Amino acid sequence: MSSLQTPEPYDPILHAPLMPPPGHHSASILERVLRKGWFAVTAELNPPDSADPRDVLKAAEPLKEVADAVNATDASGANCHMSSMGICSILSRAGLGIVLQISCRDRNRIAIQGDVLGAAAMGVGNVLCLTGDGVGVGDQPGAKPVFDLDSLSLLRTLRTMRNDATFMSGRTLSTPPRIFLGAAENPCIPPLEWRADRLEKKVRAGADFIQTNYIYDIPLFVEFMKRVRDMGLDERVFILAGVGPLPSAKTARWMRRNVPGIHIPEAIIDRLERAAKPAEEGKKLCIELIQQVREIAGVKGVHVMAYRREHLVYEIIKESGILQERLEIKAREGADTQLYTNTAPL
Amino acid sequence: MYSVRLFAVRHARFFESVYRLFERAVVGLVPVFETVGYQRLERPAAASERLIKGFLFDCRMCGQCVLSSTGMSCPMNCPKNLRNGPCGGVRDGGFCEVKPQMRCVWVEAWEGARRMRDGMDRIRVVQPPVDRSLEGSSAWLRVAREKAAERRAAQPTTSTEIGRSVIARVFARARLFDAAAAPIAREPESARRNQPEAGHTSVHAGSGEGRNRS
Repeated sequence: MSSLQTPEPYDPILHAPLMPPPGHHSASILERVLRKGWFAVTAELNPPDSADPRDVLKAAEPLKEVADAVNATDASGANCHMSSMGICSILSRAGLGIVLQISCRDRNRIAIQGDVLGAAAMGVGNVLCLTGDGVGVGDQPGAKPVFDLDSLSLLRTLRTMRNDATFMSGRTLSTPPRIFLGAAENPCIPPLEWRADRLEKKVRAGADFIQTNYIYDIPLFVEFMKRVRDMGLDERVFILAGVGPLPSAKTARWMRRNVPGIHIPEAIIDRLERAAKPAEEGKKLCIELIQQVREIAGVKGVHVMAYRREHLVYEIIKESGILQERLEIKAREGADTQLYTNTAPL
Repeated sequence: MYSVRLFAVRHARFFESVYRLFERAVVGLVPVFETVGYQRLERPAAASERLIKGFLFDCRMCGQCVLSSTGMSCPMNCPKNLRNGPCGGVRDGGFCEVKPQMRCVWVEAWEGARRMRDGMDRIRVVQPPVDRSLEGSSAWLRVAREKAAERRAAQPTTSTEIGRSVIARVFARARLFDAAAAPIAREPESARRNQPEAGHTSVHAGSGEGRNRS
């Protein structure tokens, strides 16, 4: 693994923003990987409860090699941590592809539009638009929930900023944020029959890619993807299936009870309960899930999430064989080194 | 009232028809409103709206009613104030993430929309964010004033109106269905021609728009 210490040779703070390649919205590596038709990998980075940048670099180290983009979460589960913007600032200088996550729970439209300009100026190429969990589930339930925008109006606003170079107010931007726009969808949570319709709305609002919530119920996801394909949505948006390792049956039950929007079938929990080494079994299960979602038509990548276990994400992606295939493509089609570095203006 | 609210969604089609007639009547009364003066009417109109819609839909007086685009389920009752729901936290059986004892406003909304004549077309439209400066004002009067203004095709003059006309442009289709969703704005050309919203339909096209602007 290479070191993340040096900002050389490209420091986005000191240069003009990277220009997107032809036919792209952003200079994001993730967008290039997806448009090439390669199976993409994104991973979630869990923010430290600390003001030390080295904690961020340490968590990002294992992900650098295996992920096309790293998601910097924005107080997920309404728990307070280092901000997504702060993490983006550190990691963009270290040359990583990053996804800025924006939750509508904590900031109003004025703050959000300003943040997006700041993030794009730092070289952030991807933004994930989320509504956010309610404040009640977090560590500070007395906080004021903002929810000035929702994920769809946020998508629409950012697309207007990018495509029309104006704020929501109509004021002109001299340089628009060149960003690849993402949204989430939760295919295994009620109302199951409307989930694909909501996805369609997100696509129309401006989503270029989708990262789903955790998927543990493959039959439900297959059903959802069938609907998505029937609606032709797989041609209009890149869908990355969300997966993650479960450490034990107990944690799985806790997550199901306490984390909003998580559906884990009883069969999965049983399997963990019966295993001699539940953590090993959870990892194996996650690799199996990656292989199963890969087989589903319309799935263009995976988004791997593991709370504060980034090294485990590294192992899972390595062992799933996705990157091996990437190397084979590279050998066959000739090296495209630009794809692997965020360091040169195009 | 919660039970009345659920009743309204179950009978969304009936309320859709009632609203249609009502809107026509209100727009017909525009000359009267103009004689009396909107400012003088604002308080009694808002009060009666609060009373009637409060009873039927648990209306929160956002001032830009979108009930006919949300299956007659008022989106302001969603604890996250979503104008485009449901979120990803809906509980088993269709209950709210934040208030587990309450039915998800948006699960209800999609059910209601299915019962309506135009419900499904309308609910698929991306709604603009709430204009918080309109909270507490009468949406009925706004619709009336709005429709009258449309006829006159008034040019926006103040900065607020220009801002709103941008929202109307950005969310053109929403504007087409709910005049009140982007108020006091000139109707965009695309909406008037009843075409898909202006701008960018294909996310994969990457047609290069806005790229060489700086």
